[in-house]
Amino acid sequence: MSVRVGVVVFPGSNCDRDTTEAIALAGGEPVELWHEQADLQGVAGIILPGGFAYGDYLRAGVIARFSPVMRSVAAFAADGGLVLGICNGFQVLAEAGLVPGALLRNRGLRFLGRDVRIAVEPGASDTPFTHLAGPRRPLRMPVAHGEGCYFADDATLDALEAGGRVLFRYVREDGSVAGEVDDPANPNGSLRAIAGVRNAAGNVAGLMPHPERASDAILGSDDGFGLVRSFVESAAAAAANADRGAVEVGAR
Amino acid sequence: MSTEFRFAVNVTPKPGILDPQGRAVENSLPHQGIEGVTAIRVGRRIEMTVAADDEAAARATVERLASELLANPLIESYAVELVMATSSTISTATEATQG
Repeated sequence: MSVRVGVVVFPGSNCDRDTTEAIALAGGEPVELWHEQADLQGVAGIILPGGFAYGDYLRAGVIARFSPVMRSVAAFAADGGLVLGICNGFQVLAEAGLVPGALLRNRGLRFLGRDVRIAVEPGASDTPFTHLAGPRRPLRMPVAHGEGCYFADDATLDALEAGGRVLFRYVREDGSVAGEVDDPANPNGSLRAIAGVRNAAGNVAGLMPHPERASDAILGSDDGFGLVRSFVESAAAAAANADRGAVEVGAR
Repeated sequence: MSTEFRFAVNVTPKPGILDPQGRAVENSLPHQGIEGVTAIRVGRRIEMTVAADDEAAARATVERLASELLANPLIESYAVELVMATSSTISTATEATQG
């Protein structure tokens, strides 16, 4: 039986279908979770997809944060459930305080829609979000955002690096880490070229680039598929563990 | 009896936070021949009417709204400002008509 993986659909989400396709391709059963419903329908992992939830009014992600589904997602995350935010989903998680930092307006002010290169951070290759990414470096996938400049104060950035919580950085074609300013390899001017991070507990992560839109060679790149597979497989493992736990409890 | 208070919340990027919009505005000044203006920061102002028993209660509501929704404390600071107080009972005529 394939694992049920939730994809939250906000008004304004526009990568939800790409995400459900990629989950199915990775062997999971995608379950759409409408923003007005708090019921998570027994999913074993949740992806917040890209788009412009609630029009990105006020600040990207902030209004979505207060939707009924997000209260359930926060409880699911607090309980150790796997949550991944992609692009706008990352912005929602950051606004909700489920991952550290904030996403500022791109340093160059422009909305960017183009391919970028990222690399899994050395030391972060064995996480629920990255373990099947493989040795490929760099990974090529698109970005499509106006507010993707990762920001946190220096103390937080140091703690993220020391704790192995930086998952992805923007890199150049040769795999070297991009600079912060005036380096086209860092599309939005993210501090320390950070493209993705996770929370302290390690079960909630976000990234700005779109692995689901680079999950099939027909899309021009399948470099992102390893990340989608990592998440689906990790959700399957979590579901199997939960089942075993339930059986043990039931047997007592 | 409820009073209506008109509040404004001014949200600005915190000092030290990159403000590309402010930078862009600043870079445009030479086109206008303006000199001597620096450190431009672009924020936003949100105005609202709040019905409450007194100003303190209204202000508390606005403070909560500002800190939880209107500003992101990681990157923005905000200032709450009372614009106007109008001492009037809030009309329920609309409700009555619809009811």
